[in-house]
Amino acid sequence: MNNISKIETKALDLFYGHFQALKNIHVSIPPQKITAFIGPSGCGKSTLLRAYNRMNDLIKGVKVTGEVLLDGKNIYSSKMKLISLRKRVGMVFQRPNPFPISTYENVAFGPRIHGITNREQLDNIVETSLKATGMWKDVKDKLQISALALAPEQQQRLCISRLLAVEPEVLLMDEPCSALDPIATAKIEELILELKKCLTVVIVTHNMQQAARVSDYSAFMLLGDLVEFGETKEVFTNPKDKRTQDYITGRFG
Amino acid sequence: MKKPLSEKIIEGFIHISAAMAIVSLVLIFVFIGKEALPMLTSHEVREEVTVTQMVLPQSPEPGEPKEFSWQPVSRVPKYSLMPLFVGTVKVTVVALLFAIPLSIMAALFTSEFAPSWVRESIKPVIELLAGIPSVVLGFFALIVMATYIQNWFNMDFRLNTLTAGIALGLAVIPIVYTVSEDALSAVPQSYREGALALGATPWQTAWRVVLPSAAPGIFAACVLGFGRAIGETMIVLMASGNAPVMDLSIGYPFRSLSATIAAELGEVVRGSGHYHVLFFIGVLLFIFTFLINFSGQLFVDRLKEKMAGTK
Ligand SMILES: Nc1ncnc2c1ncn2[C@@H]1O[C@H](COP(=O)(O)OP(=O)(O)OP(=O)(O)O)[C@@H](O)[C@H]1O
Ligand SMILES: [Mg+2]
Repeated sequence: MNNISKIETKALDLFYGHFQALKNIHVSIPPQKITAFIGPSGCGKSTLLRAYNRMNDLIKGVKVTGEVLLDGKNIYSSKMKLISLRKRVGMVFQRPNPFPISTYENVAFGPRIHGITNREQLDNIVETSLKATGMWKDVKDKLQISALALAPEQQQRLCISRLLAVEPEVLLMDEPCSALDPIATAKIEELILELKKCLTVVIVTHNMQQAARVSDYSAFMLLGDLVEFGETKEVFTNPKDKRTQDYITGRFG
Repeated sequence: MKKPLSEKIIEGFIHISAAMAIVSLVLIFVFIGKEALPMLTSHEVREEVTVTQMVLPQSPEPGEPKEFSWQPVSRVPKYSLMPLFVGTVKVTVVALLFAIPLSIMAALFTSEFAPSWVRESIKPVIELLAGIPSVVLGFFALIVMATYIQNWFNMDFRLNTLTAGIALGLAVIPIVYTVSEDALSAVPQSYREGALALGATPWQTAWRVVLPSAAPGIFAACVLGFGRAIGETMIVLMASGNAPVMDLSIGYPFRSLSATIAAELGEVVRGSGHYHVLFFIGVLLFIFTFLINFSGQLFVDRLKEKMAGTK
């Protein structure tokens, strides 16, 4: 296995108040690969994902111990700036959440808050980001119309474009297709595969086939433990742990 | 499926209640309008006062310079509505300029930044402010605020537009605050998460995402605030100095349309020109409020459509 890693998780524990949602997680996410987190509902997939850009900080009573190293630097150290962390590690949510403003402004939002005001520069970023997700052709004539008018698939693409506009290194995706129909899902999966050329992608999914289709590595989680991690092919065809095997063959979850 | 009788009765009751609200509104307008109408139709009344006299400047005696003045009970009665109109507009503008930014910022603070115990204590306190009788606010403005404001701003007049405007603003704050706060709290959490996940600071999130998302509700709050300000009588009556001066400065006393009705209707000779003019003022207020509410609602609807992209 790869020994350089984009995100190295070391002895990560996470508590919601007294409830321990993550138990001593060790995992390294390889760069420019797609890593899938799978496991039954409530096992802590989203929690682990949100630990990577510190979105859990928004929740009251969350306590984190252990380390998450992004390119070797602990993101939970006091030296790490939350804003630059989240700029580098973007997140796509389960339900597409474009802001109720124009498509253009949605994409320009990130660059703007990070200090870009030059109109020409913004125009360029918007165009490149929308092209990168393959929706430029469809929306270039309606950039000024509210993003909420777009179809769900386009909205999810827009949310990805919005992230690409700030040039992240890692993309965290929490069940990005669960609100979409099968055709839209296939298209977004295609896009995700495209994205790994320049990005590290971590995706949470409930859908075994999806994990098998898109991911290079898979991590199986159960009740806050990371049970097994390895190349997707290995995990799916030749799981080392009995519990992984049970889950994959559909015996529980 | 046939509806049970009890359901029919309840439904009928609700219909009747709704109809009553509308009917009484129409009736109020009809009765005020009936008393104002002679302004346009009655020959006798028009000999005493015409609409032209209420709008255009008049010379009190032939040869004297033309002016706008409201002196309905002088030897030569003068009925210019302009000073009252200007006074109303001035005080409403001051009140809204004071109250709207303050209320919206307070709402933004409580919904986005305040720890929950602060939010839970500020909200009821501001809502309590809505329950203060306006005569008490007027009294407070007249006795306490007026002195301070005169000293701070070095005003020539103790009772002036600034004082009355701020006092009026105090009455407007609760309604703008409450409605804005509701609008801000109703903004989906996913918008906040989306912005924060892009590296926005909490302030950028509040200012650039949450506030614009709540814009229709906040605008509606401002329209309600306007309605409250233009209709409020007692505070203005007590804190304005009540002098119908035609002047745009906020350092001058003034008199509003609503305060004029309140102050004069009790003593006016029934059926006189003055009497009908006061009702005419009432109709004007009614129409202003209606127009502002109506266009405000149109604007809110368009804003919502624009945000949903359905236009
Ligand atoms: N804000 C919170 N406060 C307290 N407990 C929480 C909170 N969020 C999640 N949990 C608990 O932490 C555990 C892990 O939750 P998490 O959302 O990470 O699961 P998940 O694997 O993403 O599940 P799903 O597949 O249903 O999305 C669950 O038992 C959940 O009840
Ligand atoms: Mg989840």
